[in-house]
Amino acid sequence: MTTATPSPVAADTVANAAATPDREQPYAALGLKPEEYASIREILGRRPTSGELAMYSVMWSEHCSYKSSKPYLRQFGSKTTEKMRRNLMVGMGENAGVVDVGNGWAVTFKIESHNHPSYIEPFQGAATGVGGIVRDIISMGARPVAVMDALRFGDIDDPDTARVVHGVVSGISFYGNCLGLPNIGGETYFDSVYQANPLVNALAVGVLRHEDLHLANARGVGNKVVLFGARTGGDGIGGASILASDSFSEGGPTKRPAVQVGDPFAEKVLIECCLELFQQELVEGIQDLGAAGISCATSELASNGDGGMFIELENVLLRDPTLTAEEILMSESQERMMAIVRPEKLDGFLAVVTKWDVETSVLGEVTDTGRLIINWHGEEIVNVEPRTVAVDGPVYNRPVSYPTWIDALNADSASALARPTTPEELREQVFRLLGSANLADKRWITNQYDTYVLGNTALSFPDDGGMVRVDEESGLGFAVATDANGRYCQLDPYHGAQLALAEAFRNVAVTGATPVAVSDCLNFGSPENPEVMWQFSRAVEGLADGCMAMEIPVTGGNVSFYNQTGDVPIHPTPVVAVLGTIDDVAKRIPSGWQDDGNNIYLLGVTREELDGSAWAGVIHDHLGGTPPTVDLAAELRLADLIAAANEENIISSAHDLADGGLAQAVVESVLRFGVGARIWLGEIIERDGIDAATALFSESTGRVIVSVPREDDVKFRGLCEGRDYPALRIGVTDSQDTLEIQDVFTATIDELRAAHRSPLPERFGATIG
Amino acid sequence: MRIGVITFPGSLDDRDAIRAVAIAGATPVALWHGEHDLQGVDAIILPGGFSYGDYLRAGAIASHAPIMAEVISAADRGVPVLGICNGFQMLAEARLVPGAHTRNAHQQFIRRDQRMRVENVRTDWTNQFTAGQEITIPLKNADGRFVADADTLARIEDNGQVVFRYIGVNPNGSLNDIAGVANERGNVVGLMPHPEHATEPGFGPDTELAMASGVDGLPFFESVIASFAAAV
Repeated sequence: MTTATPSPVAADTVANAAATPDREQPYAALGLKPEEYASIREILGRRPTSGELAMYSVMWSEHCSYKSSKPYLRQFGSKTTEKMRRNLMVGMGENAGVVDVGNGWAVTFKIESHNHPSYIEPFQGAATGVGGIVRDIISMGARPVAVMDALRFGDIDDPDTARVVHGVVSGISFYGNCLGLPNIGGETYFDSVYQANPLVNALAVGVLRHEDLHLANARGVGNKVVLFGARTGGDGIGGASILASDSFSEGGPTKRPAVQVGDPFAEKVLIECCLELFQQELVEGIQDLGAAGISCATSELASNGDGGMFIELENVLLRDPTLTAEEILMSESQERMMAIVRPEKLDGFLAVVTKWDVETSVLGEVTDTGRLIINWHGEEIVNVEPRTVAVDGPVYNRPVSYPTWIDALNADSASALARPTTPEELREQVFRLLGSANLADKRWITNQYDTYVLGNTALSFPDDGGMVRVDEESGLGFAVATDANGRYCQLDPYHGAQLALAEAFRNVAVTGATPVAVSDCLNFGSPENPEVMWQFSRAVEGLADGCMAMEIPVTGGNVSFYNQTGDVPIHPTPVVAVLGTIDDVAKRIPSGWQDDGNNIYLLGVTREELDGSAWAGVIHDHLGGTPPTVDLAAELRLADLIAAANEENIISSAHDLADGGLAQAVVESVLRFGVGARIWLGEIIERDGIDAATALFSESTGRVIVSVPREDDVKFRGLCEGRDYPALRIGVTDSQDTLEIQDVFTATIDELRAAHRSPLPERFGATIG
Repeated sequence: MRIGVITFPGSLDDRDAIRAVAIAGATPVALWHGEHDLQGVDAIILPGGFSYGDYLRAGAIASHAPIMAEVISAADRGVPVLGICNGFQMLAEARLVPGAHTRNAHQQFIRRDQRMRVENVRTDWTNQFTAGQEITIPLKNADGRFVADADTLARIEDNGQVVFRYIGVNPNGSLNDIAGVANERGNVVGLMPHPEHATEPGFGPDTELAMASGVDGLPFFESVIASFAAAV
């Protein structure tokens, strides 16, 4: 344990604030509105000290307080039934949700945005996005075991996109790999709507034994408040209030100093240190320091506990001794944790942190005063009721208005677009889609991520979901997938959000796992724009209704507003992460064909649903109409069918149909292991009353292609008939190194692979390996 | 047989090495960098990871850990030592094997299932392979480019100290496609790819037969067990 160097910088004390009520305060520069400032004065009965102002400004920011989204997010609770809670150990409101997965094991997961920092400083922004979400997982008492990222970049051909892509990918690679966490999936999209506002949503998953569950609360008067991990520096000051809660404006001041800098080595040591602290039962409560740093940790721990806390801020170990008290309160320096420790366990606590060379200081203790009091060199600079900072912040019922443009957009259906009819045209368009930015192979990115570390990865990219073994004895594991289609959500945010849920659900189901819980990262434009608020309200309602229909609870997540450049918001992008469980990962289902002679079945029906599709976007640069029909009941039946077939071990692969439709799914199934196939479209066209282009490119939901060994064919057909789920044999895998779509075209696997793999390396540099 | 796996601050694949030792049939023993006690183990593994965040140079700080003094003297006595990835970098920094490592030639972290050829089957860690056997082992590194001066390179080639060579793709620009080397005695071996990640069916590299079924890493551990059995 080291002691901090006392800093001589004088701070604005509570006494001084009372004595100088009329002093001008820079609340606007800190992101507070005049009425919010007035409200703080009313709560305190005086003007805030500069330290208190710093705390309120960060904690009342959109990013920390959810002041615009709170009224809507309540639906996730109110629409969660008792039945949905059956496996839920911890729901929304804690650092991350926790799900019971059986045998005494639990899994915790959460997805969170780090969008704005990743545009300003892509490498550090993305790296610390990983670091932050991983600390949320540690805070629950869990060992982090996997990460994945949902990424949205600008137009792949825009000159600035390469800067952001290189920075973000190498930041994730640097931090995640150095932390020793396998990166098991995620998604990458390119669209000009994200040009100056990329989305970097980081997900982490942790596992724990039931008895290791920890929560963020400060209970037990006299218990010590301990800060440990990296030292506090000047990085990330005002990150939450200024960056995450404001839009980028052209020509504005550079905001780079508000981006944090990450040290994954420090975090790796912190993980091992925390796990040892948990194992020895040395902490009562724990909270990570993320957005709003010490302001957030102290006020949240106190609010969730006995309500009082006393802190001597000069005990904070500093990287930069010139920091002021306000800066220390606001700093978002990474790799820090705050623990509540019983006095008699402090020596044991210090022994563990010393073993791991983790610097630690005791800041203060839990009190019963009901006040959070912070002293700076003996003078009181903060004296607040913690709930007023952390919980009872402002709530806005922002104006909502139906977008003026949306009826015209919905009327502009893709059905009017020219469709390919000749075999030559169909072939050409299959290849254009295959080689388009969003459908192309992403190994240029994923080859930079470690998938092997920890030795439990059962599935990762390019499979539909990532899967990790939890229990090495039984093989018990989880699968997770993230999805969102911003184009669909632009057309219809309610159904767009449900489509994201349905796709993530399906992606988990095709791995052989049973979906059990949801985390979401809701990326939208400015909440001060009533049309954005309409999009947000519709998306949340759609997602909450969808989760209720599918009977899986939302366990946590994050809202990211102000994703826009100037007045132009991004497409609404509610990224939905679905977690599933599997009793033995040996039963996992791969996404591609491994053997020749398997029958290929298309499950589900194909409708003329090309609005918002990849086909409309890539071939016609078109976005309009209404997104595909959502049938959540059918999705549930489909998932049950796959689970039943897998239980009987009669399917050898399953791959979900989504962007790019059947054509893309078939090509991906071929390329997964390099096994060719012969496909016929005639029966789909006849049964569903559609044309060849629709059969190939429609994005109707509730569809999966599975391969079935010949000997299991009768059994499989019987299963589909018994469950009354539409199934059509559309082909057979073969030993030819080709994909033949009968009467349309034949392509070699090499041709397909070249078209699929070239788009990213052409822009970003060679793929290694 | 008891095989020690040393954990340094920032070690990542230590648990995997422990699992691989157990799968191969030996008893894994967890060792700690800050101690001087090898607990009487019969062989030692320096696992992969980013010890000390790769600060200064990969493996440089860890090579001065208290336990490394014991590792060096054990290696001098002929105790088998295997350095995997970051462990290989530590062995080079400790001068237990020749050569050094720099940033990958393409400047990126790379993870791939790597083909390589076993060039020397007389070491304690390779005697269960056949000469010239081609194996697939996961590789994942940022600073994996093996370099050495011309004299050293000629010497280790002549001595048969080049134990593994990349085939197909040289993933990091290593000189002479060198993936792994040994000391002259053959008890200390270091390599960039991760044999511990190819020991359990279902969690290894893909093979022609089935997804993730590759276990080409198992003979590393079986070799040291065979060496030990022969010596007892």
